[in-house]
Amino acid sequence: MFMSIRSHMLLATGAVAAMLAFAPAHAQETVKIGLILPMTGGQASTGKQIDNAVKLYMQQNGDTVAGKKIEVILKDDAAVPDNTKRLAQELIVNDKVNFIAGFGVTPAALAAAPLATQAKVPEIVMAAGTSIITERSPYIVRTSFTLAQSSTIIGDWAAKNGIKKVATLTSDYAPGNDALNFFKQNFTAGGGEIVEEVKVPLQNPDFAPFLQRMKDSKPDAVFVFVPAGQGGNFMKQYAERGLDKSGIKVIGPGDVMDDDLLNGMGDAALGTVTAHLYSAAHPSAANKEFVAAYKKAFGSRPGFMAVGGYDGIRLIYEALKKTGGKTDGDALIAAMKGMKWESPRGPISIDPETRDIVQNIYIRKVEKVDGELYNVEFATFEAVKDSGKTKK
Amino acid sequence: MTTLFTILFDGVAYGMLLFVLACGLAVTLGLMNFVNLAHGAFAMTGGYICAVLVNNSGWPFFTALPLAFVSAAAIGVLLERTLYRHLYTRSHLDQVLFTIGLTFMSVAAVDYIMGSSRIFIKLPAALEGQFDFFGVGIGRYRLMIIVICGLLTVALQLILAKTRFGSRLRAAVDDPRAASGLGINVPQVFAFTFAFGCGLAGLGGALSAEILGLDPYFPLKFMIYFLIVVTVGGSSSITGPFLASLLLGIGDVAGKYYVPKMGPFVIYTIMIVILIWRPNGLFGRTATR
Repeated sequence: MFMSIRSHMLLATGAVAAMLAFAPAHAQETVKIGLILPMTGGQASTGKQIDNAVKLYMQQNGDTVAGKKIEVILKDDAAVPDNTKRLAQELIVNDKVNFIAGFGVTPAALAAAPLATQAKVPEIVMAAGTSIITERSPYIVRTSFTLAQSSTIIGDWAAKNGIKKVATLTSDYAPGNDALNFFKQNFTAGGGEIVEEVKVPLQNPDFAPFLQRMKDSKPDAVFVFVPAGQGGNFMKQYAERGLDKSGIKVIGPGDVMDDDLLNGMGDAALGTVTAHLYSAAHPSAANKEFVAAYKKAFGSRPGFMAVGGYDGIRLIYEALKKTGGKTDGDALIAAMKGMKWESPRGPISIDPETRDIVQNIYIRKVEKVDGELYNVEFATFEAVKDSGKTKK
Repeated sequence: MTTLFTILFDGVAYGMLLFVLACGLAVTLGLMNFVNLAHGAFAMTGGYICAVLVNNSGWPFFTALPLAFVSAAAIGVLLERTLYRHLYTRSHLDQVLFTIGLTFMSVAAVDYIMGSSRIFIKLPAALEGQFDFFGVGIGRYRLMIIVICGLLTVALQLILAKTRFGSRLRAAVDDPRAASGLGINVPQVFAFTFAFGCGLAGLGGALSAEILGLDPYFPLKFMIYFLIVVTVGGSSSITGPFLASLLLGIGDVAGKYYVPKMGPFVIYTIMIVILIWRPNGLFGRTATR
């Protein structure tokens, strides 16, 4: 009896001693990344793509960088900013993460910004696309895109390519308004005219009345931005109302024609012209390799969200290589500024002044390739900065 | 002028769809005095069953539609026998808590099984597009909705008013004790009615996928619409919800067309005005029990 208690105590002290001896060394060897994504809810496809892409990159490049082991802690915020803030706090305070990353929607990225500043932890934005985000903390770096990048380009392109009158249909929330304003600014500056402007409520079930308004205003094209998930509904009802046959084109930033959803839309999507940072059909060796590896691992086509995640984790890896594994927030941010590399989407870099992404924007048209729908690129605007900031 | 008719047509189709989706709720709420907030979950079930049959198993759309009805009704009767019947005598608060819990469980379950992306049902080519009728654009799919829902409404009204089952149901609702004294099997009548309501919801869910979109959040997103229909229409008959659905459907579509800046507020404004004018709904009788 006594013996057994003593032996237990011995074991216990032994275990404690072992933990004390190994724990600090272990903590030094691990770099933790808190990945906050919407894995459930309406934005879940964003979260899944980014999670997949991060896993893929780590499979391809190993989970050690500069002698440190990389550990990713995935948390689901369901795109609710209150959750994002709480999870970011838990990750920083309890798990002592060295990076927070992900952020499916703008409000989520903004909710975490003050925490990044306070804790001096780099916040890598892999999805959200409103211009203001990187201005909210000196520790935010973005690898996705801004709506200004794609909307200004499609505005310029439309004005130069014989589209005179445009009706706009955009969702009534921050990214929708960004898309609308930047498009309008460049399109009207190029001599175009907006004949109808409709803002659709975010939770909108039926597009019929709005589409009828579009049709009656007889434009050359309809500029559309709705959250990725609603694009399919929009295109189906657009075809149902016969807008495709009346010669009214659909143009917009590429979110509506996400590779993830494109095939579900059916032939109604054919001929749609959008401006965007990425297409699964981008003709480069790096992209072909990426698409093949992604398809093999997850059985589906990567979209632009996956590329944002793939480049985001790569940015973290490269920054750690530069600092020699040092996880000081300021050193990491300094290492990221001005970094350049060849992404599946083409050449990209991090603007040293704004910490935002600089990338090519492509004009693409939906075409059928091997029985599947793809956004086929036909014009390139090189090294586009976010005009939401350069204006100031 | 032709635009006015197109808007009217779209509004009627939208209203009819709302009616099929919501009338099961009107029956359970009004006739059985049971608050079933999980009604939308049955609609979603019907929608997903139809989508799986058509998209994955290659069934024709019109064969899958009745099956959406039957399977939602079957699930309804199963849940009624095992869970719901224990709550008939409980307070409305208990019923609300129980059914909202069921709704959340259904959302999580469908999210897990089917994924959270929006799903479309592959329609036969004959139902796609619009045709021109004296200058008025008529959507084929919406026309089909109006035909199916119109026939259903007439059939429902006939069943409730003219058949033996209808009079049994009304008797069971008005005074369950006297009704069972007369030899009416009240629990059986209720179970059947509940299942039928769920079946209608399932059919509505299958029909609505094309227009409203189908994802795991369907029951939560559209709960508010079902409740507005029942509140505005009153829940003691099906004529009330029917007229309310039409009014709201046309009001919503016309409002969004003519005053798009008002957005979804038109539907709420209609509701508030009607409720100030008739607090028990369009055809509500003042509570007698």
